[in-house]
Amino acid sequence: MFDSLSNRLQDVFANLGREVRLTPETVEIALREIRMALLEADVNFKVVKAFVDKVRDRAVDAEVLKSLSPGQQVVRIVRDEMLALFGDTQGGLPPVSATPRVILMLGLQGSGKTTTTGKLAKWLVKQGKHPIVVSTDVRRPAAIEQLNLVAKQAGVRAHDPAGNLDPVSRASGAMQEARTLGYDTIIVDTAGRLHIDDELMVELEAIKAAVQPTDQLYVADAMTGQDAIKSAGEFNRRVGVTGVVLSKMDGDARGGAALSVVSVVGVPIAFTGSGERLEDLEAFHPDRVVSRVLGM
Amino acid sequence: VGTRTRRIESADALEEALITCDVGVAATDRIVESVRRKARRGDDLLPLVREEILSILQGAAPPPVTGAHPRVVLIVGVNGTGKTTSIGKLANLLKQEGQKPLVCAADTFRAAAVEQLEIWTRRADVGFVRAQPNSDPAAVVFDAIQSAKARQLDPVLVDTAGRLHTRVNLMKELDKIKRVAAREVEGAPHEVLLVLDATVGQNGVAQAREFMKVSGVNGIILTKLDGTAKGGVAVAIAQDLRLPIRYVGTGEQIDDLVPFNPREYVDALFEDAW
Ligand SMILES: Nc1nc2c(ncn2[C@@H]2O[C@H](COP(=O)(O)OP(=O)(O)OP(=O)(O)O)[C@@H](O)[C@H]2O)c(=O)[nH]1
Ligand SMILES: Nc1nc2c(ncn2[C@@H]2O[C@H](COP(=O)(O)OP(=O)(O)OP(=O)(O)O)[C@@H](O)[C@H]2O)c(=O)[nH]1
Ligand SMILES: [K+]
Ligand SMILES: [Mg+2]
Ligand SMILES: [Mg+2]
Repeated sequence: MFDSLSNRLQDVFANLGREVRLTPETVEIALREIRMALLEADVNFKVVKAFVDKVRDRAVDAEVLKSLSPGQQVVRIVRDEMLALFGDTQGGLPPVSATPRVILMLGLQGSGKTTTTGKLAKWLVKQGKHPIVVSTDVRRPAAIEQLNLVAKQAGVRAHDPAGNLDPVSRASGAMQEARTLGYDTIIVDTAGRLHIDDELMVELEAIKAAVQPTDQLYVADAMTGQDAIKSAGEFNRRVGVTGVVLSKMDGDARGGAALSVVSVVGVPIAFTGSGERLEDLEAFHPDRVVSRVLGM
Repeated sequence: VGTRTRRIESADALEEALITCDVGVAATDRIVESVRRKARRGDDLLPLVREEILSILQGAAPPPVTGAHPRVVLIVGVNGTGKTTSIGKLANLLKQEGQKPLVCAADTFRAAAVEQLEIWTRRADVGFVRAQPNSDPAAVVFDAIQSAKARQLDPVLVDTAGRLHTRVNLMKELDKIKRVAAREVEGAPHEVLLVLDATVGQNGVAQAREFMKVSGVNGIILTKLDGTAKGGVAVAIAQDLRLPIRYVGTGEQIDDLVPFNPREYVDALFEDAW
């Protein structure tokens, strides 16, 4: 699983010559390689810096340097530290006692919120739940219609009071319908917005206040670059993030944004999206993403 | 949001600045090396790097000219970058320039994509040819070109479904659209614009390379520049593939698309973020 990183590092150590012992200097050369690999995978510059420092602290330890296979030790440290960042998670949604469960979808424009709302509804149905979805996106042309179609494909109900174009009252309407008709989960889709768009962030705060969500899922595009840390950080600061969905993992992006987002919001990744179809949603496996980020 | 510009006095600071803009490790190394050669000790590196990036951007190929009618413009890209929205804005921009665009909805896959585009064409008040859901995108493009000829509309702007460049079958579909267009108008599609999201990281290079290979992309629309992302991967793309940026998207309103201005872009690269 960590073969490529191992290979790259083994190359580094091989180049140093067999007779040479691992020293702080040679560790430094390896760290430079790791740094490059992470930056090429789009992990944020500052996150990489902090990460490499952490690995250095552990790697220059006398025990590591004296060990029989110091190269592999360093690889193991890198892997451990990265898995530690993702936390001890098996993915999916944590159990809650509250009913109905209210899931608020958050994120930048085009990250995959509406599609993920449909995927999640379908996933919940498979878990024996009865979800209802509602769009609060009254701005993007045909956004409500898109969610209605997606809900139909997922075989779940979409709350859509004709003519109601107020995001907050659409969301509270769905809460009422869920209580009256006995739906146990409400997924609230929201319009994409920039983290620096104050007016729309205020709107999001209002929706949150109205529905008091149990889960706030931040949907991040796996292809995101350095900006991931700013956008996720700001959504977390203003409305809070309880879980992350990493979408568009089906491409060939290294997905370093996963690391950036997780280090800035400090909560685990719940799901990864791996396609446009509603069944393309998987509970998160840290090891898969770690090998992806390190895949060289 | 302030527009503060900082001095950049060391190669390390320059490296950080460029990587933070998503220029990428390889392109950053080349730029830093070139700037370092030109700089004298103690120089502010910013003016030098500005000139360096400007020359990279201006070294990209110019937009193609054609005498054929109607001109066919194909809009392609990975999922969610802003293709449909950019078509709406572009139709509006071209109409304001006195052209008579016809918009063709060839995304027959994504839920409500046709309805989304139709609303944009009503806003821009331009011609629209829609597809039947799940019909063959190439067939709609054929219909649209016929319709444009009959109604004397020009150019034809074709919206396509978002697709990852790694999906071979979906990429073949673009090739088919291209062949149908070429049969109907000489040299079509005359422009193939890749819509690139400014928040994208180094995967943008792979997107550009693959879409160029399969669909003959000859320009970029860089969207979502109204956020904090700088879209610096476009610099790496210009350096590697000589692919020029043609337009930039700066919001979700119909007027939020402007022709690319390299100088403004380079200035914005070094503002705010640090
Ligand atoms: N390949 C791939 N495409 C995806 C995935 N998730 C979503 N998409 C596509 O990404 C595009 C944008 O998805 P949407 O669900 O509309 O994104 P959104 O966040 O709701 O967009 P806005 O509401 O405009 O902010 C669509 O073409 C989706 O089909 C995924 O996991 N893989
Ligand atoms: N802030 C901002 N948002 C934009 C810009 N361009 C597009 N968007 C938004 O990005 C989201 C996706 O735009 P679309 O036009 O649907 O993207 P697309 O590439 O057609 O998506 P698919 O067809 O699903 O692949 C929408 O919410 C748009 O309003 C821009 O320049 N700035
Ligand atoms: K910007
Ligand atoms: Mg949406
Ligand atoms: Mg579209």
